[in-house]
Amino acid sequence: MSKPIALQTKGVTKRFGSVVANNNVDLCVHRGEILAILGENGCGKTTLMNMIAGIYYPDSGSILVDGEEVVIRSPKDAFRHGIGMIHQHFKLVDLFTAAENIVLGVDDGKKYNIKEVNARVAKIAEKYGFHVDPKKKIYEMSVSEKQTVEILKVLYRGADILILDEPSAVLTPQETDKLFDVLRRMREDGKSILIITHKLHEVMAISDRVAVLRKGEHIATVETARTSPAELTEMMVGKKVALNIDRPLPHDVRDRLVIKGLSMTDAEGVRILDDITFTAKAGEILGIAGIAGSGQRELLESIAGLHHLQDGSITYYNPKKDKPITFYHKSFERVMELAGEGMLRYVDGREFTGKDEQGRALSRKTICAQVEAGVILFKDDEVINLREKTPLQIRELGVRLSFVPEDRLGMGLVGNMDIVDNMMLRSYRRGQSVFVDRKKPGDLAHTIVHDLEVVTPSTHTPVRRLSGGNVQKVLVGREIAAAPTVLMAAYPVRGLDINSSYTIYNLLTEQKERGVAVVFVGEDLDVLLELCDRILVICAGRVTGVLDARNATKEEIGLLMTGDRESSDAETDKKEE
Amino acid sequence: MNPFLDFLITAIPLGITFLYGCVGEILTEKAGHLNLGIPGIMCVGGTCGCMALRILKNSGLPWFVILPIAILAAFAGGLLMGLIYSFLTVTLKANQNVTGLAMTTFGVGVTKFVMSKMAVGGGMMYLYACDYFRFPFQQSKSALKYCGVMVFLGIAIALIAAFVLNKTRVGLHLRAVGENPATADAVGINVTKYKYVATLIGSGIAALGGLFYIMDYAGSYEAYKSIEGMGWLAVALVIFTLWRPNLSILGSLLFGLLYIAGSRIPTLLGIQLDMSATPLLQMLPYAVTIVVLIVISVRKKREHQPPASLGVPYFREER
Amino acid sequence: MKTIEKRTREPLFHVVKRDSLPVWKGMLIRVIAVVAAILLCALLSVIMLENVDPIKFVTTLFDGAIGSQRRLWKLAKDTAVLLCISLAVTPAFRMKFWNIGAEGQTLVGALASVAVAYYLGGKMPEPLLLVLMLVASVAAGAVWGGLPALCKAKWNTNETLFTLMMNYVATGLVAYFLALWCPSNGSVLGRLDFGHLPVVLHEYFLLIVVTLVLTAIVYVYLHYTKHGYEISVVGESENTARYIGINVGKVIVRTMIVSGAICGLAGFLIVGALDHSITTTSVGGLGFTAIMVSWLAKFNPLIMVGTSLFITFLQQGCAEIGSAVDPSFPNIIVGIVLFFIIGCEFFIGYKLQFRKFPKKGGRAS
Repeated sequence: MSKPIALQTKGVTKRFGSVVANNNVDLCVHRGEILAILGENGCGKTTLMNMIAGIYYPDSGSILVDGEEVVIRSPKDAFRHGIGMIHQHFKLVDLFTAAENIVLGVDDGKKYNIKEVNARVAKIAEKYGFHVDPKKKIYEMSVSEKQTVEILKVLYRGADILILDEPSAVLTPQETDKLFDVLRRMREDGKSILIITHKLHEVMAISDRVAVLRKGEHIATVETARTSPAELTEMMVGKKVALNIDRPLPHDVRDRLVIKGLSMTDAEGVRILDDITFTAKAGEILGIAGIAGSGQRELLESIAGLHHLQDGSITYYNPKKDKPITFYHKSFERVMELAGEGMLRYVDGREFTGKDEQGRALSRKTICAQVEAGVILFKDDEVINLREKTPLQIRELGVRLSFVPEDRLGMGLVGNMDIVDNMMLRSYRRGQSVFVDRKKPGDLAHTIVHDLEVVTPSTHTPVRRLSGGNVQKVLVGREIAAAPTVLMAAYPVRGLDINSSYTIYNLLTEQKERGVAVVFVGEDLDVLLELCDRILVICAGRVTGVLDARNATKEEIGLLMTGDRESSDAETDKKEE
Repeated sequence: MNPFLDFLITAIPLGITFLYGCVGEILTEKAGHLNLGIPGIMCVGGTCGCMALRILKNSGLPWFVILPIAILAAFAGGLLMGLIYSFLTVTLKANQNVTGLAMTTFGVGVTKFVMSKMAVGGGMMYLYACDYFRFPFQQSKSALKYCGVMVFLGIAIALIAAFVLNKTRVGLHLRAVGENPATADAVGINVTKYKYVATLIGSGIAALGGLFYIMDYAGSYEAYKSIEGMGWLAVALVIFTLWRPNLSILGSLLFGLLYIAGSRIPTLLGIQLDMSATPLLQMLPYAVTIVVLIVISVRKKREHQPPASLGVPYFREER
Repeated sequence: MKTIEKRTREPLFHVVKRDSLPVWKGMLIRVIAVVAAILLCALLSVIMLENVDPIKFVTTLFDGAIGSQRRLWKLAKDTAVLLCISLAVTPAFRMKFWNIGAEGQTLVGALASVAVAYYLGGKMPEPLLLVLMLVASVAAGAVWGGLPALCKAKWNTNETLFTLMMNYVATGLVAYFLALWCPSNGSVLGRLDFGHLPVVLHEYFLLIVVTLVLTAIVYVYLHYTKHGYEISVVGESENTARYIGINVGKVIVRTMIVSGAICGLAGFLIVGALDHSITTTSVGGLGFTAIMVSWLAKFNPLIMVGTSLFITFLQQGCAEIGSAVDPSFPNIIVGIVLFFIIGCEFFIGYKLQFRKFPKKGGRAS
């Protein structure tokens, strides 16, 4: 490359607590070049770009613009050096118009006149072929319009170095093509563009060179023309590493949770889950693979009853076959309902219909006595519909669904509470007393601390003070202690050291052996391949494949993760219109 | 004199007290800071202005010199209070409610202390002070005599504030800081600076309300005792006028009318009004403000909401 | 050459959130802040008041607060009233519901008591009257607190502004009833003849006992009941609350009703045990001071006994220092002390990471 270097990072390192987000990253981009930054989520792409754009400040290392070392301590510094970033999460003021957002922070020394700004914005938009009304308020806009405003914002400032964080994630293919045309025109104009993406076909289509990041490290930078998607995938996911996770063969496999056609959209109207269908089976670990943010989190939260769904069904098969019905989770009315559906029988095999041989209705008292005596059994597993149920309703139906959410301290646990109080989160309602019973949770806390070797001064230490691995042990320990029939875990080993990770793997396998349906969302493909029995791959909220984990290869999953683009693009097209 | 016109014209200067406090608080809230210290700030402003007047009253300087000095003194008093508030809430990220309430405790205390000390030696200084606030041609007995220099200054400040907020780059940036500081930061706006400047100027403007109320509207140093209540009405006015300085000019008039309606309506309408009606009428501004608050939260119209980051400290590296 | 230039352009320090700080260090920072504030106050009073030197400042402070038996009782009484209202605001604050309407909630509570005593006094036995007063006060406080909570839960109405406004509506109501009841007497209600709480041992004794019992009850409610547990979860993280199936709106309304009810109780105590009358300033800003008391104690009812005592001590002690000049002097001192404590919280929650020692900055654990 004979073009001069526009931007360079030297040994840039950034830590968040004990997590190393970027380690010693050396990167450079030339003038008039498009550099793609490729990597799985959590590999530190966005953190690195945020440091260049002045959102974070590096712990060590330096950033050079045009060969000169610069200090970028704020976004303003970044703008001064001609660096502009288009964030994945829009940084727009909802209450302002497009033009107001675009001109925000720009001080060109001229008098502020919104009419002139409107005209100028319209001119730039026209020049690059964007369609946007400068006077429209952001909160009235669609996602792609907001994206356009973000891009115009940087163009308006005339930045030389543009950073785009997954710009195509919210665009239709046509819009993506248009954007790429704009980017190419800017490249010809001598501008440098860094584009974060994990869509390989886009990398191949737009970039001059590709820098691959993995686990916070810069693996290599290669010229796009001299590489192939397969090679990039391998660099991105790494060589297969043998982990020696114990994986017994599943036995007594039965359907436990059947998901059909699940769809949901978020508050901004983006379709997060699109027609997801799969079955989680008892006695088996189902892995879910995908680039982070492809809808894994929403999928699990939807099943747990935290989201409103657009479409689809969630059916739970309660393992009740040949077990007596009790009043513990079932009301009298529910018993009669089940009887009406022909779900119940007596111990001796006769059907229980709530009537005697002569067809006369049995009295409530008689039925209650029979139930209490345990002579009325389920014929088969009870079918429960979980859709549109709140977490509390799900529990009251007797569904033992445990969920280890991705956000441990923001959702699964309360950081400022001690281990004992966190143990009670799910069980505190038990009993009629107005007082909480801390004895049982206290015992449980001791058991978990002891069995899982949680390192903590005492069970009365706020969990916030524990290290990541210990926090996770507490959370997983609690969820397992509820004796679940379905255990969902989202990124349970993220940020954990090797030993803690193996503890978690063993716990999940143990649950599988006990006949629990385990759903494991992971990011490390090696782990998924060695821990799971089946792997569901999703990309952009859609299922792109279900693989047998014993036969699948890393590359196979990697390609499915980065998208079976042709077919899904066509689908997206239809939806957008 | 037409009693209705008289009623209206008396309400204007009272409303101006609220107007100062309200415009000051709007600027602060637009930067995302709920300053509950406004009553204390108005008190301190009044005190500083009175001190300046007391020192200058025998100096023989003409009114057009003394008045600006008094106004500047009040403004400076407000700035000082604003500095304490913004240092605690912006730099030290302290809880805004607690800080604001402590400011009010402190400000009211300072005022009562200083004013009572002045009363011991100064006597009836207000008789001289009042004149400074009137235009020379207003010495007539017309009702307009109540509307002095600071009434027009207050309206001018409100109009300027409205212009700055809506029509200038600074205003755009300030609103962005209050709506979404992370976004403002990302485009290179110095969030800390804007928060400081808005809070300081807002406090300064609010402080003028204190001076106006003591020295012009009431014309008696004794009036410092009731400024605090005026301050809370100013905070209510901010919500009532949906964070718009130009609207707050009308709002302040309405609040002023309601405040004195109890004593005016009987003569105005020729009806016998029970004495207990006055407190109810004086309560009305607050009740109406609550209704406005509920209505805007039900309607959820984005333009009418409080600034989105109101009350939330901004810390860039929050993760 | 280049390195020197670079160093001057790097930020001097940046602010980092602390993970945790040993308790004693936190306490030390607070003690230093209080001592510094008192020193500053002593200095100020030497400058502003005649005949005061720093030593006299401190001795007068103590003398004013605890110098005689009468003063001790007064200290205990004022502390009890302040503590009672502080207890009231605490449940809401633990839920991160910014209820700054304790002033109004207490005032309507007091008003309800006075109204019952005014209309029904002498027409029924005293014990029954007292019970009615209590019920009316608690109900009035609960309504005053519950209303903003209901709007918050239903429409997410800004609770800070709502509760603030409710204070002045309450003041207006009191003024209205005073004008209604005693139009001839310049709207001043004299001492009521009925509805007096019995005097046990000392006129303030019952009040103090009730408040201490209430402290224990609120402590138990917050720390040992299911309600208290739900309040903590909602306050810490609404996400977690949803995850475990807590109905957040219901908890908000219920908790504010409890808060308001305790305020109402405080109002009843003010009327029944102390004032036997009401004015628009019967609560006298205690509703606001209570917010600071509760906040200083980190919303722990037991620590609040200490913080309310501390604030009352300062106020009463300073009143003695300033009494020759003006009774408002304590407000200045309390204000300054509060500024220092508010400011010092920053150094407990955050730390400055200086450029020179980047290694030291890594977050603990």
